[in-house]
Order: sequence, then structure tokens, then C-alpha cells
Amino acid sequence: MKSTKDIAELLDEPACEHNKKEKSGCAKPKPGASAGGCAFDGAQIALLPIADVAHIVHGPIACAGSSWDNRGTRSSGADLYRIGMTTDLTEQDIIMGRSEKRLFHAIKQAIETYAPPAVFIYNTCVPALVGDDINAVCKSAEERWGVPVVPIDSAGFYGTKNLGNRIAGDAMVKYVIGTRDPDPLPLNTENSGIKVHDVNLVGEYNIAGEFWHVLPLLDELGLRVLCTLSGDARFREVQTMHKAEVNMMVCSKAMVNVARKLQQQYGTPWFEGSFYGITDTSQALRDFAKALNDEDLTKRTEALILREEKRVRKELEPWKVRLKGKRVLLFTGGVKSWSVISALQDLGMVVVATGTKKSTEEDKARIRELMGEDTVMIDDGSPRALLKIVHDYKADILIAGGRNMYTALKAKVPFLDINQEREFGYEGYQGMLELVRQLALTIESPVWEAVRAPAPWKIKSPLPPFAKGGNAMEEVSYG
Amino acid sequence: MADILKRNKALSVNPLKASQPIGGSLATLGFNRSIPMLHGSQGCTAFAKVFFVRHFREPIPLQSTAMDLGSSVMGADENVREGIKTIAEKSRPALITILTTGLAETQGCDVHRNVREFREANPEFADVAVVAVNTPDFTGSVETGFAATVTEIIRALVPDAKETGTYPGKRKRQVNVLVSYMLTPGDLEALRDIFEQFHLRPVFVPDLSDSLDGCLTDEDFSPVTIGGTPLSEMATLGDALATIVIGPSLAKAAELLEEKTGVRTYSFDHLYGLKANDALMCALTEISGKDVPERIERQRSQCQDAMLDTHFMLGQLRIAIAADADLLNAFVDLVQEMGAEVVAAVTSCNVPLLARIPLATIKIGDLEDMENIGKANNVQLVIGNSHAVDTAERLGTPILRAGFPLYDIIGGYQKTWIGYRGTRQTLFDLANLVINYSHEEIPVYRSIYAQKPASELTEFNSSKTLSCH
Repeated sequence: MKSTKDIAELLDEPACEHNKKEKSGCAKPKPGASAGGCAFDGAQIALLPIADVAHIVHGPIACAGSSWDNRGTRSSGADLYRIGMTTDLTEQDIIMGRSEKRLFHAIKQAIETYAPPAVFIYNTCVPALVGDDINAVCKSAEERWGVPVVPIDSAGFYGTKNLGNRIAGDAMVKYVIGTRDPDPLPLNTENSGIKVHDVNLVGEYNIAGEFWHVLPLLDELGLRVLCTLSGDARFREVQTMHKAEVNMMVCSKAMVNVARKLQQQYGTPWFEGSFYGITDTSQALRDFAKALNDEDLTKRTEALILREEKRVRKELEPWKVRLKGKRVLLFTGGVKSWSVISALQDLGMVVVATGTKKSTEEDKARIRELMGEDTVMIDDGSPRALLKIVHDYKADILIAGGRNMYTALKAKVPFLDINQEREFGYEGYQGMLELVRQLALTIESPVWEAVRAPAPWKIKSPLPPFAKGGNAMEEVSYG
Repeated sequence: MADILKRNKALSVNPLKASQPIGGSLATLGFNRSIPMLHGSQGCTAFAKVFFVRHFREPIPLQSTAMDLGSSVMGADENVREGIKTIAEKSRPALITILTTGLAETQGCDVHRNVREFREANPEFADVAVVAVNTPDFTGSVETGFAATVTEIIRALVPDAKETGTYPGKRKRQVNVLVSYMLTPGDLEALRDIFEQFHLRPVFVPDLSDSLDGCLTDEDFSPVTIGGTPLSEMATLGDALATIVIGPSLAKAAELLEEKTGVRTYSFDHLYGLKANDALMCALTEISGKDVPERIERQRSQCQDAMLDTHFMLGQLRIAIAADADLLNAFVDLVQEMGAEVVAAVTSCNVPLLARIPLATIKIGDLEDMENIGKANNVQLVIGNSHAVDTAERLGTPILRAGFPLYDIIGGYQKTWIGYRGTRQTLFDLANLVINYSHEEIPVYRSIYAQKPASELTEFNSSKTLSCH
């Protein structure tokens, strides 16, 4: 079990602007009025996309039983991450102190059945409370079976999802990164005449495969992504992250400790960016070129941006007409509010308010920059508060995480899912086209009129519908 | 009869089991203006919420005592009392259930004492019913958690006949219906219709068809359930003509209700298949004194006709089923009635019912076990939840989605399985899966002397190497 000191250290994140103010990780949740996941939830979300690893949840059934096989993230090949594994601890295991032994044998079973390159062990509340020493079990299992076994000590009661992200990142830096050097460049890419630079992306989860909108562009520029932590990643890729020339923190500071520690230990510079929206995607590409200080790369980057922006803006034109002036309430939780704001503003939409509960001070400053000083920032994310703002500010659509989907739908408000459970990818230039399609699909849908209007027999009308002898279907109007 | 094979692996792979707190929450959600609160860390609630939202596609009221590092180590009594008070103040529900998790139980909580303490300290919330249930996730399953919660709610909210003077038959048309987790909102709607045709008034305990049936209301948002069994009905259970209980997992709850009220219990394992529904009709005839209505008789003969039509596809079909015990038993009866064979039966935990399910063996385990046993027995069709879709794909069989959770289809929660009509539709669905996906065709043979055109020859050779089954 982690001590209070360990947790305090994880919460103290000098690279996070939020650090000086209230710490989201240690804000005490209120019994009976709390929302959001736990540290285990956060750790699992952060690392589960590493596709070829055996992910074992050490605990009774509730932790894995309700959460395995969440399909947001995509893999280009390996799919072991889709296999749910848990020690499924029983009462007897806990009372008799057999849980460490079960874990040890569980690791053996996973290795023998699936031959993974590594096993990750997620510690949960019950074994943490009874004092299982998972570090020791992992160490001896690794020695015994000859496969890396990584402890991720992420009991739910340690804190929030955000803390769990950091615990996960911390475990990668401590146990995995730096244990292997990158492969030499593939033969057919060596002589293309451009200098290839090695980079990492931290906090990119490849939801619905959206990073595959961006990756071809990076390839074209000669940016070799050693690893994305953790979308479509493999264990052997995570091992090489220390060799990157620059790290990009994608869209969230959840694992900012990884970037900071890589800078501390290996001197790798990092920058923060996002692939949501045309402006931000272009900015991210420019930031790579800038950080790598390669004149040729800068030139090629500008040419690529020019080409892509021209192409996508042309394709967006017909959509912009349809979405222009539509009013959006954005409540994104963890994802960077500012990055989505600029994507929506690119489309001529009006963001009337935005959630900032998990935003850092720096995020808020950027939001003010984009939206003006008087912008409405929402801290209270309760369904009732959100709906009030939708009504007060006459929003045409709520963009939020999946958890709020039914809040919107039950109130008959158009909705777009922006969090990790969603089924569509919005990253990159190409992703914008998917985003506009989804926005128009819900905002323009004919169902809103049908569900908002009262049943026709509840409207007092001078003539009964059939009096005129026309088509009965056509006589029923929901206007 | 069945030989029960216990768990023999250290690692559970592709778990079938959903936890007790999930079951307890589901039971609570079937009562009007109610909200479950899980006593554990925030994640326990967050995961349960996602689980339900994916299944029902509805907002789900669910709260947490939000245990953190301090309260996990030093004691979380205050969390329970504060949580109840906060919910009572904010949303004034009719019912709050406190459901313990593995974390709280390992730490050694006593939620029953916490509730008493809350009662003493906060008499102003006397109108809010609070029921505590022990539902740790290191034992049992969604089925046992559901049953335990129904039992505790009956214990707390149904008055003893001796004290309040209720007596069986005072309400001449009322029948109490205790329904296990395996009945969907769609099932309950169909069941209500059957009762009403006998001029009976069913009171479902709990009633998910009134709270999680996917209904659009005028209210924008509610922090507690909209619909479900009204708590006021609990006081009337003692006046009913009879109690019908569906699902062996509710045996204890039914026993307690009869003990408290003296109302006679009619027990049914399930309402899948002809025989089970015939038994229900006999009971309803007896209770109501009315003949089986013509419409239902017609539905019965439609069901028989469907049995004839589908027995060609279902006879000798080798089926694998992964489900909690009540549901497993129901499907075993249904498919055996059609002449199919259950060659792999996997369930989540050991309960008394398993021993009398008419199968040679039942494995307590996970979807990996079903996959392995299914493969060894050359299974042709899988019945299981959405998690089992990948399993079926690897086995190369079609799947009939049933149970919890169903997240990769829309409206799974609303499917009607029971009654003659539900049975008929289930038989059609099963037969269609067989017709469309699982033909076992005779391998093509071509004579070595054949005079077929040469162009076909290469085609034939390449297809021969491709299709291995």
C-alpha cells in the first residue's frame, strides 16, 4: 500500500500549473454527493491501450468485472488488452491471507497461456488494505518466469482518476522506460533523403483510431513516433521512450509527470499540444519542428500545413454554413477545454460556456484568451447545473463526456460525446470532417422536434385532423 | 443432479461475473424515488454506473460514500452517516440503500449500526427509508446481491401481519410478484399484461419496467428513480391474494414475505418455454378463479407451432451457455424442451440451484472456461452477454445475447423472453441464428474423373485449401 507520503509526492507536480492552487488529486470527495472514478480507474485507462501486455487486476470482482472490455481505444494488431484478467479474490483469499499467492499463480497462468512480453499488475483497494506486498510478488514472479512484471499500485481509495493517471505514468518511468534502445530505422526508410527524428506522444489514447488521422502526417515529415503512451502502443515501444528528442504532451496534463521526469532524467524537452481542430493540429506540427530545430523540417512542415489546411478548409465549407452561429456548451472534464474551443471556433460556432473543473490555471488563461474575459466557466458539473446553463444561455448542443449523454437526451438537448468511450475519432485535419458530420447529425436531426412537441391530441385545434379528408399522416404536425 | 466443477485457476480470464453491489443497485433501482449508495471508494460507484448506463442507456441514480485513504484506514462510519444525510437533504428520496463493497467489508464496517446512529441523530429524515445490505464483491454475484437486497427491503418495509392487521385476500385482485434480476423491463411489461388478462393486479417487487424501461418523461432530470414499485405498496403486500415468485434466487425473500404476511407463495424457476408458462397459467387460474383467456390460449398454440417450425434447427444443437444460475437454469429448460444439448454450462458462483439443473456438469468460472469447454465439445451456438461476443467469434459460432451486460446492441434491456409470446420469439431468434450462420454443410467432393470445365478446376482447388471446416 502506498503511504500518505508517496501519494503526497505524486500530487506534488511542479510541471502542473494547478500545483500551486487546489489539488484535484487530494480534494476530499463528499460522501453522498460525489462523482467520478478512482485511482485504479485512472491507472487502468492510462495503460490498458498498451495492447500486447497482460493487464491483471488484483482484487475482488467489482474492479475488473464492471470495467474490462471497454472498447474506446484501438490497436493496429495485438489485442491481448481486450482479454479481461483478474485474480477475482474470494472471501477465503482475504481471510486466510492467500491473495499474494493467488496473484503469483495468476501471473504464471497469464504468462503460460498468452506469452505476453510483460505483465502489468493493478493493485486495488482490498489487497492494499490487507497489506499485500505486490512489489515483492511482482519482483519474484519476474525472477521466476523471466518476463517483466510491473506493479501499478493504484488502490481506488488513494484518490481520483487523475492521481491514477500519475501513478500509471510513474510506474512506466520507474519500471519500463529506459530498459531497451530503439530499433534501427527500417531499411526502406533510411535513404529517403530526410533526417528522421525520434519523438514520443504522452497522453494520446487513439480513441476510435483517431490518431491514425495524424500518424501518416508525422511519417511524411520524418517524425518517428517511438511510442504513444498509450494508444496502440506495445511494451517494447514504451521501453524506448527515453531516446526521443522531444515529447509532446497530448491534450491533457494527466501524465505530465512522465514528461517532466523524462526531462529530468534524460534531458528530453517537452511541449504541450493537441490534435483537435485545424489551428491546434498545425500548431502541434510547428512545435515539433521548432523543438527539433531543423530548418529543412520546418520548411516541409509549413508546406504540409499549407496543403492540408487548404484541402480540409475546402471540404469544411459546406458544413460551416450549416453550423455557423450555433451555440455550444462545452463540458469536457479532463480533455483540454481550450483545444476543443478553438476547433469549434474554427467552424464559426459560439462556445457559450465551458467546464473547467479539471483545468489548470494555465488552461483557464488560454480559455480567457480564446473566449474573452467574461466567459462562463463551469465548476459544478451536476446534471441540474449543466441543464440550467443550457437553458439560460440557449445552447444548441451540449458537448461532454459519455456520462452526461443521458442527462442531455432526457432533457431533449442535442449531444456530442467527447470522452474516451466515444466511437468516432476527431483528431487531425481529417478528424474535423468527422466532427462536423457528427455535430450536424445531432443538431439538425428531425427527432428533436418530434420528441419536444406534445402529442397532437393534446393540442387544441379548431378542426380534427381528418376533417379535410387528406392523408392522415400528413395532417399530423409537430410544429 | 449436476456435477459442479469449482474454480481451479488462479486467474479469472474474461470474467462472466458481475458483482454483488451491482445486483443490489439494480434491485434498488426498481423502487420509486430511490437511490443506492455504495459504501466504498468512488470508483466502485463510477464503474457500476458505467455498467448500467451501457446496458440500459439511461441516466442511473447511484451514489458513493467516497472512502479515501484516511477513512479506509481509520474507519468510515462518518462517511456512511454523512452520505445518507447529504442525499436526504439534497433529493429527499423515498428509499436509500447502503450497499457494502469489498473495501468496506474488509475494513470491518457495520453499516447497520451506522443507519441506527443516523436515525437517532436525524429524526427529521424519518420519512426517508434507509436499508443497509451486506453485498461485498468478494463473494456472490449480481444474482445474490440482487436477492439479498430484495430480502432486506422486505424485512425493513413490509409490516408484520400481526402488528398491522393485514390479511391475505383483503385486496381481492392483488398478487405480489417477486421477480429475480433475470426478468427484463420488457418481461415485466408482458407479465403485467398476462396478469391483467386474468383480472389480477400485480405488484412487482421490484418493478424495473416502471423505472428503467426507457421512458421519456416531462422532467428534465431527477437525482432519484422516476418510477418503480412505490414504497407505499410494500405495506399492502400482506393484503394480497397470493405471492408469485419467479427465480430460485429469491426463495429466501419469498419465505420471509410469507412469514411476515401469511400470504401463500407460488414459486416458479422461470417463465421460459411451454411447460413453465403452462404452470403459471394453472396458478393464475387457481388464484383468480378465471379460465385461461382465449387470447392466451391462442398465444399458446402459436408457441406450439413455433416449436414445430424450429425443432429442425434446434434439435441436437450443441449449445454453450454462460449465465448466472437463475438464467442458466431457464435457458437449459428452454433448449432442452426443444431437444437441443447444452454441452458447456458456465456460471459465476455456487448456489443451491445448480445441483438440480439437469446437466452432467456445470463449471463455476469465466468466459475462458466456456470457450475451452465449448471448443472441446464442438459447440454450435453460444448464449451469453455482450462480453461473450468475442468468445463466440473465436469459437466460430453465432451468439444469442442474453443476461448482463448487453452493451453492443440497442434495446437489449427491453427484449421480452417470457410468456408464450416471448418464448416463441426466442425460438425464432435461435433458429434464425442457426439458419443464417451455422450451417454444417457436406464437404464438396469432386470426382477425379469429372469432366467439369478447366476454369472451375483451379477455383475448386483454391477453395478447398481455404475452407478448413
